Amino acid sequence: MAVIRVQREDFDPGRALSEIAAGRPGIGGIASFIGLVRGEAAGRPIDTMTLEHYPGMTERALTAIAAEAEARWPLEAALVIHRYGKLAVGDRIVFVATASAHRAAAFAACEFLVDWLKTKAPFWKLEEGAGSAGWVAADARDDAAAERWIKDD
Amino acid sequence: MKLVYFAWVRTQIGIAEEEVTPPPEVGDVAALLAWLKSRGPGYAAALKDLAAVRVAVNQEYAKPEHKIAAGDEVAVFPPVTGGLTESATGGGVPWR
Repeated sequence: MAVIRVQREDFDPGRALSEIAAGRPGIGGIASFIGLVRGEAAGRPIDTMTLEHYPGMTERALTAIAAEAEARWPLEAALVIHRYGKLAVGDRIVFVATASAHRAAAFAACEFLVDWLKTKAPFWKLEEGAGSAGWVAADARDDAAAERWIKDD
Repeated sequence: MKLVYFAWVRTQIGIAEEEVTPPPEVGDVAALLAWLKSRGPGYAAALKDLAAVRVAVNQEYAKPEHKIAAGDEVAVFPPVTGGLTESATGGGVPWR
């Protein structure tokens, strides 16, 4: 069962990796991904970004995505930490770690989780920079993916 | 029925959530959005292009024909944009 955390506070990636490994001798490898706030978006400089989410649905969506990963790959453990609120350039946004007996499943499941939480988890970005602020629009690929998911559901 | 709004749907409508009692003929998501549109200029602006909004009923994504009932929590929001900024265009590629 994956561990899901949705929180305002920052997290310690090293501690999170140690936590996932503790007491699980079946783990042979852990793959992880950390998403950061980048300093530009579509060529415009960004100072801060505010992530809004849907409390309750966010946790449900992330739990469902993690359960899908666990159904597809033999995972020993999975951990997703997603932040919300106001973040500055360079801040950590998301942490995904997947652990398995062998690296192939860990790498694949980690990439799967990162790809899918982008299109399924109910987060919206308000980017602020150079005196302007705007909600980020989903692009066509986001849209197509969301549509596909709704149909599949 | 509890309605909740997020991102620019929230800012255009001007409130984050409200309790409403739609007329009895409003039985599904499509009818609810049509009814909401008639409630004021903020609603009309937010719901002008229905292809640009998504709906969740009781925290699960719902299609226009999804039935709704008193006591449901219905959320209206733009397509999600995720928290990741590492790809310029966004949009994770669905796994096959």
